[in-house]
This record gives sequence, C-alpha cells and structure tokens, in this order.
Amino acid sequence: MITIKKNKSGPGLKRAIKELCGVDLSVCFQCKKCSSGCAVAKLTKTRPSEVMRRLHLGAGAELLESDLIWTCASCGTCSARCPMGIDVAAVMDALRQLAIAKGVPAPAGNVPLFNRAFLKTVEKFGRTYELGMVAAYKLGTGKLMADTEKFPTMLKKGKLALLPPRGADTKTVKRIFAKTKGGKA
Amino acid sequence: MKYAYYPGCSAESTARDMNLSTLAVAKSLGIELQEPPGWTCCGATAAHQTDRQLAVSLAAANLVKVRDMKLDMLVNCAACYNRMKAANHEVTNHAELRAALDQDYDGSVKVRHLIEVLLEDVGLPAIKQSFKRSLNGLKVACYYGCLLVRPPGVMKFDDAENPQSLDRLVTAMGGQSLDWPGKVECCGGGLSLSRTDVVVNLSESILDMAEQAGADCVVVSCPMCQINLDLRQADMAKKYQMPVVYLTQLLGLCLGYSAGELGFEKLMVPATNVLGKVQ
Repeated sequence: MITIKKNKSGPGLKRAIKELCGVDLSVCFQCKKCSSGCAVAKLTKTRPSEVMRRLHLGAGAELLESDLIWTCASCGTCSARCPMGIDVAAVMDALRQLAIAKGVPAPAGNVPLFNRAFLKTVEKFGRTYELGMVAAYKLGTGKLMADTEKFPTMLKKGKLALLPPRGADTKTVKRIFAKTKGGKA
Repeated sequence: MKYAYYPGCSAESTARDMNLSTLAVAKSLGIELQEPPGWTCCGATAAHQTDRQLAVSLAAANLVKVRDMKLDMLVNCAACYNRMKAANHEVTNHAELRAALDQDYDGSVKVRHLIEVLLEDVGLPAIKQSFKRSLNGLKVACYYGCLLVRPPGVMKFDDAENPQSLDRLVTAMGGQSLDWPGKVECCGGGLSLSRTDVVVNLSESILDMAEQAGADCVVVSCPMCQINLDLRQADMAKKYQMPVVYLTQLLGLCLGYSAGELGFEKLMVPATNVLGKVQ
C-alpha cells in the first residue's frame, strides 16, 4: 500500500514538475510499462510507475529521497515505451533538480557531486577535462583510491589526457553558465 | 560530401581510438570533415540532469557554429548526437527555451550520425567496393545502447527496439551480425564513476547476453558504452575477456588500415581474436 505524506512541500510536487519539464502526469493509468523496461528497477526500492503514482496522489518532498532518482541512468526506455507519451525520463530530471534545490542528499553514490565536478571543468575549459573532474570528484567523496589501479594503464594507452583541453570557445560557455542555473549547481 | 565534424570531448581523451578511426574511415570513403572552430562540450548527461536550459544552451552553442558553416553536422559519439538532436527538438518546440539561448537559433541544422551518413549518403555498394579485407565470418554483437535510438520521436534513428543499421554494416564487411536481445539495453552510461555498482551490474548483463549469443566481439558507436563495457570487465565477477570495438575500427580494418592506425592498442581487453580473423 502506498502511504502519502501530504503537504510536506506545499501543494505537492506535481505542479513543480510540470513547471520544470512541462510533463502532464495526469494521463498515467499505471500500466507499469516504464517499470517493466526500467534498466535499474532490479536495483532500486522504488520503481518509476510508483513515482508516477505517488506524484499523482500528491506526494511531497519525501519523494525526493527516493533511491530511483540517483540510480536512474537516463536511458529513456520508460519514455520510449509509455503508451500515453509521458516523458518519464524528463520527470526524473525534474526530480533530481528539485532534490538538488532542496538539498536532499542522494541515498547511494554521489551523482550530484559528479555532475558538479563534470560541469565545473566544462565551465572552465569549454570541454570536459577528465583528470580534473576525477580529482574534484574524488576529493569530494573522500574515496581517493577507487579505480586508481586503472589510471596508469589508461594514461599509458592515451585514454586520459594529462593536460586540460585547449581551443574551445570558453567565452560563450562561461556566458551560458552565468545565465543559467548551471553556474549555481 | 562535406560535413561539419563535431568530435566531442571524449575524442581528445577516452575515445581517441574512435576519433582516429573515424578520420581514417572518412578519408577512405571521400567524406570531407571540418571541425567547427572552438567547438565546446554538448553538456552530456550532467547538464540535462542539472538544468534544462543549460543543456539546451550548451548544445545549441555548437549548432550555431555549424549553422554559420552552412553544412550538416556529423557526429560519431552517440551521446553528443543525442544532445544535439534534443536541443534542436527543444528550441523548435519551446519558444521560452529558444528565447533564453545565448545566441538565437531556430533548430534547423541537420544533425547526422556517421552511421546515417554511411548508409544514406555514401551507400553500401560504394562502401563495399572500397573494402580490401573481410571480417571473414567474425561473430559480432551489434550494441546500439540508449542514446542513438531514444527518445524515438526525437532521434528518428532506425527502429528503436530492434535497430538494424549497425548490423547491415557488419554484414557488408563480411561479418556475422548476431541475433541477440541486448541491442538497446543500457550500460549505465554516465554513472561510471558515481555509481560504479550500477554500471558493473548493467554492463555485465549485456556482456552475458553477447557471450551467450556466441559473440567474438561487441561493436559500439558510443564512447560511454565502450568504456563501460571494456574497462569495467576488470570489476566483474566473471572474466569475459570480450573485446568491445568501435564500428569505425572494424570499418578501418576492412578498408586496409593497420590496427595501430585505428588505435586498437588503446582497448583495455585486447581484440586479438578480431585482428586474427580479418583477412
């Protein structure tokens, strides 16, 4: 049975999601095709169809603690198969954005920190700089040793660039970050 | 045939082999490539998970550069291809997203994946005529992943559930494209560092399906799929030793290039069986 704690975030999340991604959830009739096809549902407590149902019923900020939000790999199978054309993957993006805005931590792993580290290098160099990103991410997680055994081979094979990328139009990219929420993420 | 070639950030690091082999294949098939000056990151998964406008604006900044070159954009990285097409879709359908762009852009630049250019512009007969070697019955699991085909309404690339375009190219090379259920499953994508557990789990199921189908190798056209399926084999309980190669590496071999010219030594799991079979 689904228990809904109403009004933890005002009128529920449904409206905030509509505003963020334009998706109308009201046409969902719980066929559960999104959950059947979901690549990560075998690893999560919450499934996409349950998220949709909870939103429907007026769930509040407690839904932002769902483990699905930060396990979802944005593969888009849910959106591709929804018979009502609901962009479920866009709803996941919106839930992630709301979780970040409200400071709700990810229950496992640290995707928000990774995304910040990734975008920081893009903001600075105009392109991704993997070594810089990995360093920032590892410092943030404190797990300095994860994957380090792979780095010497990757460097030798030229799969990691030592120096930051050059030649990108950084002016435009910096302006875009300043104008959008990317700069505040 | 001239295109604005958007290499994507991986081309300068984890996917240098994809870039090398793309340039080699293009040269042999008369595809002229010109990089947009000062091209920048498409935003990838991190941008769209963070802010919708950021994602659209980062991709559109490159589409504006290509518009000014008056060429179609050619992309080989499935992730960049996806973000470019998504940005075109967003600015065409949402005036408010277009209005907040850094520079105005109407979504009109044609974004083509290399596979589309090969099949539609060069054509299989011309490609086959250029081949100097054959895959000689190599059993190939064609892995499309997510971003080439989804969302179908935006990507309009092949059949979203059972795509055939990679299979057609593998067959043309004299390979045996396998009938297997993993074609459009997800490898875990951008979660490689932040949720390694998820990537190992999903990538292992894909390799398992490929192995059960009898594959000699998996062929990909996405740097994220490549690195997840290749690099993460070291973290899996079962030791698959399954080579994961780029489509352009196989094409390059058939066009007569050496393994070194195509960056084969950069693969984590060596493709010795593939190289031994091609004659």
